[in-house]
Amino acid sequence: MTSLPANPSPTKLGLVVDLDICVGCHACAVNCKEWNTGGYHAPLTDTNPDGTDPSGVWFNRVHAFEAGEGKAGRTVHFPRSCLHCEDAPCVTVCPTGASYKRDEDGIVLIDESMCIGCKLCSWSCPYGAREYDADVGVMKKCTLCIDRIYNENMEIVDRVPACVATCPAGARHFGDLGDPASDVSRLVVDRDGYDLMPEMEIRPTNKYLPPRPRRDEDGAITAATSMEDASPEGGFLGWVDKLLSGAGDVK
Amino acid sequence: MQDHKVELSPEGADEVKYTTCYMCACRCGIKVHIKDNQVKYIEGNRNHPVNQGVLCGKGSAGIMQHNSPARLKKPLKRVGPRGSGEFKEIDWEEALDIATAWLARARATNPRKLAFFTGRDQSQSLTSWWAQQFGTPNYAAHGGFCSVNMAAAGLYTMGSAFWEFGEPDWDRTKYFMMFGVAEDHDSNPIKRGLGKLKTRGAKYISINPVKTGYSAIADEWIGIRPGTDGLFILSLIHELLRAGKVDAEYLQRYTNASWLVFDAPGTADDGLFARGENDEPQCWDRQSGELANPKTAGANGALNGQYQLPDGRKVRPSFEILAERYLDDKYAPDTVADQCGVPAATIKRIATELAHVAFEEEIVIEQPWTDWTGRKHDKMIGRPVSMHAMRGISAHSNGFHTCRSIHILQLLLGSVDCPGGWRFKAPYPKGLDSLPRPSGRPDQVTPNTPLRGPHLGFTRGPEDLLIDDDGKPQRIDKAFSWDAPMAAHGMMHMVISNAWKGDPYKIDTLFMYMANMAWNSSMNTDETIKMLTDVDPDTGDYKIPRIIYSDAYYSETVAYADLILPDTTYLERWDCISMLDRPIGHADGAGDAIRQPVMEPDRDVRPFQSVLLDLGARLGLSGMVNEDGTPKYPDGYRDYITYHERRPGIGLLSGWRGRDGKDTGTGEANAHQIEEYIKHQCFWHEEFPDQIKFYKHVNKEYLEYAHKKGFIVNEEPIIAQLYSEEMQKFRLSADGHGEIQPPDNRRDRIREAFDPLPTWYPTYEARIDGVEEYPLYAITQRPMVMYHSWGTQNAWLRQIHGQNALYISNELGRKHDLANDDWAWLTSRSGRIKVQVKLMDGVEPNTVWTWNAIGKRGGAWRIDPKSSEVKDGFLMNHLIDELLPTKTGTQLSNSDPVTGQAAWYDARVKIEKASPGTEETLPQFPILSEPPDLPQTPKVSRFGATFRKGGK
Amino acid sequence: MNPAYSVIFFTTASGLGYGLLAFIGVFVSLGLLPADRWLGLWGLGVALAAITFGLLASTFHLGHPERAWRAVTQWRSSWLAREGVVALLTYVPAAVLGISWVFFEQISGGIALAALLVAVTSTITVYCTGMIYASIKAIPAWHQTAVPVNYVLLAAMTGAVWFLALLHIFDLPTVPVTVIAVVLLVFGLAAKMNYWRQNDDAPVTSTSGTATGLSELGDVRLLETPNTSANYLNKEMGFKVARKHAVKLRRIAIATGFVVPIIFVILAALASGISAVFFSLFAAIIMMIGIVTERWLFFAEARHVVNLYYGETTI
Repeated sequence: MTSLPANPSPTKLGLVVDLDICVGCHACAVNCKEWNTGGYHAPLTDTNPDGTDPSGVWFNRVHAFEAGEGKAGRTVHFPRSCLHCEDAPCVTVCPTGASYKRDEDGIVLIDESMCIGCKLCSWSCPYGAREYDADVGVMKKCTLCIDRIYNENMEIVDRVPACVATCPAGARHFGDLGDPASDVSRLVVDRDGYDLMPEMEIRPTNKYLPPRPRRDEDGAITAATSMEDASPEGGFLGWVDKLLSGAGDVK
Repeated sequence: MQDHKVELSPEGADEVKYTTCYMCACRCGIKVHIKDNQVKYIEGNRNHPVNQGVLCGKGSAGIMQHNSPARLKKPLKRVGPRGSGEFKEIDWEEALDIATAWLARARATNPRKLAFFTGRDQSQSLTSWWAQQFGTPNYAAHGGFCSVNMAAAGLYTMGSAFWEFGEPDWDRTKYFMMFGVAEDHDSNPIKRGLGKLKTRGAKYISINPVKTGYSAIADEWIGIRPGTDGLFILSLIHELLRAGKVDAEYLQRYTNASWLVFDAPGTADDGLFARGENDEPQCWDRQSGELANPKTAGANGALNGQYQLPDGRKVRPSFEILAERYLDDKYAPDTVADQCGVPAATIKRIATELAHVAFEEEIVIEQPWTDWTGRKHDKMIGRPVSMHAMRGISAHSNGFHTCRSIHILQLLLGSVDCPGGWRFKAPYPKGLDSLPRPSGRPDQVTPNTPLRGPHLGFTRGPEDLLIDDDGKPQRIDKAFSWDAPMAAHGMMHMVISNAWKGDPYKIDTLFMYMANMAWNSSMNTDETIKMLTDVDPDTGDYKIPRIIYSDAYYSETVAYADLILPDTTYLERWDCISMLDRPIGHADGAGDAIRQPVMEPDRDVRPFQSVLLDLGARLGLSGMVNEDGTPKYPDGYRDYITYHERRPGIGLLSGWRGRDGKDTGTGEANAHQIEEYIKHQCFWHEEFPDQIKFYKHVNKEYLEYAHKKGFIVNEEPIIAQLYSEEMQKFRLSADGHGEIQPPDNRRDRIREAFDPLPTWYPTYEARIDGVEEYPLYAITQRPMVMYHSWGTQNAWLRQIHGQNALYISNELGRKHDLANDDWAWLTSRSGRIKVQVKLMDGVEPNTVWTWNAIGKRGGAWRIDPKSSEVKDGFLMNHLIDELLPTKTGTQLSNSDPVTGQAAWYDARVKIEKASPGTEETLPQFPILSEPPDLPQTPKVSRFGATFRKGGK
Repeated sequence: MNPAYSVIFFTTASGLGYGLLAFIGVFVSLGLLPADRWLGLWGLGVALAAITFGLLASTFHLGHPERAWRAVTQWRSSWLAREGVVALLTYVPAAVLGISWVFFEQISGGIALAALLVAVTSTITVYCTGMIYASIKAIPAWHQTAVPVNYVLLAAMTGAVWFLALLHIFDLPTVPVTVIAVVLLVFGLAAKMNYWRQNDDAPVTSTSGTATGLSELGDVRLLETPNTSANYLNKEMGFKVARKHAVKLRRIAIATGFVVPIIFVILAALASGISAVFFSLFAAIIMMIGIVTERWLFFAEARHVVNLYYGETTI
């Protein structure tokens, strides 16, 4: 059913991406590809893998942006994947019912066996979360690692999306954004987490945490910006002696 | 309502095996999931001390490396001309016979005729030992063109260095400075650490001309001008000294600040330490007013003053010399600001912040400890300032001193191996006593005889140089000669150039492993290619007559070898991450690891280490054959890892030693050791007790422990050498003292470079006549998801970095009328390349940069020769000459004068817009042929389809 | 957006088909057409052929055409499904009308009602087609009521011109339809030009700042793409037509799609016999060139907000 859940559960599983910490290493993107090419949407086909213009299916891609200029300029690495929107247009546009949002946790999924490959869902997504596998003829997308997060064959600690498990910097968090008491929800509140393209009014579940302000002269950690000359009377000699007075006796 | 079926708990792998990653040099622990006899998934091992569960983009792409279509499948013998890529397949017996014949002849006549150099080798304890048993002085790995400045500066200064040898106290540090890092090195620990710092709210400053990667998330970015970091650091030191913000007590006790130095200009003693009984250094005791041994418990050595020895000679504490040096206005922020491109106010503020954090925000851990004199300390005091540096510092011809400057800065703040500071990683620190001197002098090289000692080491004065009586270099790379007296990692980047020239002598066989010297690992790539194919008119043979090369993949260099010994992938081999090599210990404990074969090779390839042992046995090298001539390690590297002992009780691995497997560190070889490693997820890790986690260099219990474990040769404290007597010895020889002196045309260079205190001088490139014509600095950055040239054969990674652009500042773009995607010519004194530009804001305005090693040669790596890596991707290497121009005498290498570190980042260039024309990068090279019979590359890769339930 | 030829063919052909079908339906229901089976065969034949080939073509770009039947199931939420449902439904009254007309030459009474139904479902189908595009917020150029209005208007216009050609061929009275066709051509042109002008002057919907949430830091510019060769998104949504090129194509579309057909429709009305047939057919055919151009531009000029992640700064 491509209508959105009529009675969605309050659980809203999703990701929180910390742009203050992301160094743009692509670990999330590659590990996602590695897990998912053998997972729910297997394979994540690559065309021309060794040829000109290699192009594959990826559920997670890392961009780099510059914002501002000069002293105020920032470089921000920006991982982009499905945001599992509450008002997911990719679900409602689907003519076949292949694209759906799960009642129980809000994960947006594609049932490949029903997908006709019309690509309309990918058109409707402002975030570019959907990737068409031309070889298989179906649309594929981030499943929030649905084959990991509930997987009873895995240790509990491993039951998080691959991108979260592998992120070296700890810039990705997974949890229930529908529960205001969850770690991820608190993180969003504490760090002013935000929605991408709020003007699209589709209420993405995933949130992004903004880079913290720079701490150069504006956020310096001392009030003083330079130090007094130490040289007391006696100049250099006296100065070193003063440094050492008291030294030498260890308790 | 449609009922969608989702398999929430699919069965995982048939088997999960532990091993160690090799997608870069980080050596993370990995879990390899195997299904249907294929690698299905690779993830980080949560219990492993290096990565603690995380895995980077490279490591996560291991499957594609393991399945790479560029994998070689059988030994190859060259049949076409060198560089054509025309080979025929031969069997292993023939390959080993050929190699044995070539090597045996060199060994029997003159072992120097073999030059054995390895690249991204993680088995240096074996390869170096093999070369030593062979008897050639010509061995090194790639450290000389990587980061020897970093290693040497650290080891000479404080017995340890950044990366493998130490790490910031990520959990406690409050102020972290990172200088010019390479983002594919130590990558996961640094990323984890930065994440922690940012989360805790510690301040992180990045000093780097380019604001990408790690620098992007820095709280403050200092876009410094390349090669001027040393000035910036010395200026911080100037400020700290001026304000008296140094940890005098730390300096007095744990460094040689109080050691007395002869003040006797013009004499042979000038600048050396005044030594007393047993050659011990001396200080002027402030209480007694007498000379004392500064290493004894009661010593309270003065840090300033002028004193007279009983024999009348004048001495002064080294610290006074240091302080005078850096208090000079030459290093004042206002003086250096313009040169560094960093405002004076910024330098002053950062110095203020450093002092504030170090002294006003000190950390105290209520943990008693005992120093080497037996003095009890009731707590551990931490100065929570830490630093890290890597290639951006070291790949300059002033890099050794710059790196030493960073260490001096750390030491002045008292922040080395204290809580919150920068910490040693076991088995470091190692004082110079525990480090060998280099071998390879004329008397140490004899036909059919092992070299008398290890190749690489630490010279302590001119007497340790590997030169003959005429001062002529003894190694093919001229390491440890007057060109590079402290070339602790050798100078691989000079081997081909020197061998081609026959300077200092001709060689017979060049034997290389995993080093892409015919492409991205050489400076001046097109000239290097010509040298490899140049024929000697006298002999009709190539100037470098024989080249043996081992690689797992069809890299550019394969095409230039005569005999190829195909290696396995990293998932098909035994390896050991040994304490004797580059260990994986960390600050809280020692550790080592193994790599086990998790897959069987499906090709006729053999792990290089086993091949090397086989060759050694065929050559009858001592240590590799039994008395009856049979191979000592018939099962290859695995046997060697288990049974080889460097010294009695000291083997490759430290865990589960001894007959019963109960010993650690030292102990008899244990036949079941490797099984124990496999049982324990392929690594061994021993956490230190709390009282030895800090101040290890001077911590009595730690020193005893480290000695017992075989890390160090004695229990002497490792006193940091702010002032380097070793350097001064070389300088004195340049001043005309001693028997061994540099040739006249090297005297000035040695005098300048062998300053006993860190100094700064402009890079050699910056001093070349006409440099004004090349106003820009050209550097490379490492993409985090690529490891050198390896990533291009990787179907996933090449989608991320399939081509590279030249990044320039918006300002420079405006000046030269360059917009995004325009083509431009970039010209240096020695080369010219045509490249596509991209404009950005976060780069020092006079610096241009690109990603390293993305450009590829057509035909190599089994990618389509029309791929963007070939047509658009480029190497900066073409612009970097391996030699410096000279007006007289032999040319010097483009390297640091102390260590011989390749000065990659000294390059100076100019840019101009290219007139419209062909849109491809230049130079282009002829397309290499492919080795015979390699499988077709697929048009579509459906990797993973078979893992799907019911999929096939 | 990538101007896929299958979709361009589908929308233009089915527009023509449904437009023609609607005119036939309305005229039959008003009793304005003779029950001549040949007129029925040709009229309905051309219309249904255009619709059927269009629908078939639309399945060519599907990854799984054999599952196309599924595309009608989600009519409650999906405009594409609604379009499919109504498109298929249209065949029912169209078949009733066709069989009765061609085999029995009977088009009055209940059949006239079926004809009216044909006209209604045809119009709804085209409206649904327009709504498929108009419902996509991520393509601001499409997300406006002008889009379904344009689709319906242009379908009616193309239908009218072809209907007129049919009347000329069968030598039936043409004056009312000539007037309707000219009016529709003029309205169509006005609507299209209005659509273009509106989009050219449209306020910015989204920026690289809103896409990344980084606008507080300053202007947001792409530094590095996540992949150096084009991926699916770049190929599907990253299509770009140069401004100069677009202007030229718009002129071609205006001339061939509207202005020239108006001239020839009027010429056909002034002429008679074979030249009237020729002029009206010429008008219909040249109009299709213009409409195909217009439709190509409809896709090619539409910018998807995902491009804000790939270098665009405003959309």
